[in-house]
Amino acid sequence: MIGTDLLGIEDLERSDLERILETAQHMQEVGTRQIKKVPTLRGRTIVNLFFEPSTRTRTSFEIAGKRLSADVVNFSTSNSSLKKSEGILDTAKTIDAMDPDAVIVRHGVAGVPRQIADVLDAPVINAGDGWHEHPTQALLDLLTVLEKKGRVDGLTVTIVGDVLHSRVARSNVYGFLKMGAEVRLAAPPTMIPPAVESLGVKAGSSLREALDGADVVMVLRIQQERLAGAFIPSIREYAATFGLDRAKLRYAKDDAIVMHPGPVNRGVELAHDLADHRPGVILDQVRNGVAVRMAVLYLLAGRRSPEREG
Amino acid sequence: MILDDRAIRRTLMRIAHEVVEANADLAGLYLVAIPNGGVPLARQIARNLHEIADVNVVIGILDTTLYRDDLISNAERPPLRRTEMPSAVDDHAVVLVDDVASTRRTIRAAMDALMDFGRPKSVQVMALVDRGHRELPISLDYVGKNIPTHAEDHVILRGVARGGLDGPLEVVVVSAGGEDPT
Repeated sequence: MIGTDLLGIEDLERSDLERILETAQHMQEVGTRQIKKVPTLRGRTIVNLFFEPSTRTRTSFEIAGKRLSADVVNFSTSNSSLKKSEGILDTAKTIDAMDPDAVIVRHGVAGVPRQIADVLDAPVINAGDGWHEHPTQALLDLLTVLEKKGRVDGLTVTIVGDVLHSRVARSNVYGFLKMGAEVRLAAPPTMIPPAVESLGVKAGSSLREALDGADVVMVLRIQQERLAGAFIPSIREYAATFGLDRAKLRYAKDDAIVMHPGPVNRGVELAHDLADHRPGVILDQVRNGVAVRMAVLYLLAGRRSPEREG
Repeated sequence: MILDDRAIRRTLMRIAHEVVEANADLAGLYLVAIPNGGVPLARQIARNLHEIADVNVVIGILDTTLYRDDLISNAERPPLRRTEMPSAVDDHAVVLVDDVASTRRTIRAAMDALMDFGRPKSVQVMALVDRGHRELPISLDYVGKNIPTHAEDHVILRGVARGGLDGPLEVVVVSAGGEDPT
């Protein structure tokens, strides 16, 4: 795999993605055992360094690490010295001095995981940085599509929602394109990033057009803050125009699956019905998240950058 | 080339007879193949047991990669292989099946993995080839052939298709400095 960190999907080759996904498929099997634990990372230390709150992703990484028998330590800002104004890099270096085998970083500002990776010996895994990337989310989404559809090549994937502010969307665009899918974006005009089509996707504000013949519909969370920023006139209008329900889903293929990174605003971007029943696959995504994170930890934990080997 | 396909088949038939001799309760046997090489061997042993003693034994596949003792280094992590254990191992007599046994570290890893799946009644070990250089105190219950080798040599079971279809097999020794066919 390229390097010893996982900072984004943009830096990866298709063969890297395939390697991670193949490894994750084997990790899925571990999750079916009675004893869901293997000794692979026994005695290794994994640090969750979350500068932004997150229960789901952090818990998923924690379970992944524990299934590999690693010791997982959670470091979140609410009970940290960051309140005492210790800078990000000082915090990271302090943790590095305790010799972790992997550090998982989430931060509200894009680029922070890379900055941390540059000063750490330990491998760094990006768990979400600002609006930039969330690579393990894209990987679990790819794994879920592989599981449900048998392939990614040639599929049409439509991403609906606040693409502008979504690191999930960005990582998925990179990931699905590299794996051979056609990717379309549907969002209110205020939420489509400028020049996004240069990435190789089609973008527009007609949900119907974007859904036409889609194999996979990925719905993004709409955040209340966007109202205040005047990106959308009201939640109700957003739900009426872009909220996905069975009626709108009919524009997609009959066997299309529906995905959402969670947590769902029920009745807003996604109807209750689709959140809870097929073809929604949200809980499969969550399960695959653990498998993907186990795969990433298996491939990276304990490896040091060659230049910095003492 | 040490063993050709016919020699391997004769050897597996002889081993199947040894298994019958050593196990009063054949129906309760559980063959656990260590991928990749152990898989076609276990299948052939199962077919032989059916032919000789009219029993259908359970076959499982157990990858040992996650239990290896040599993973954490800066080398690339080895690829994982399929694990498929169709039923619980509890109260079964398990026979681990591997192609080439050497240091015994793979067998050690396989036993640790097996114990996480349950409590077998007993564990026996079968290898097509024992090439020596034992490093752990584990002995083999059934051996196809003993082949003395240099430590740097590789002994490989060739012809194992990833799809699981059993083509003709052969065992080759690749000397250090020679090309590794895999």
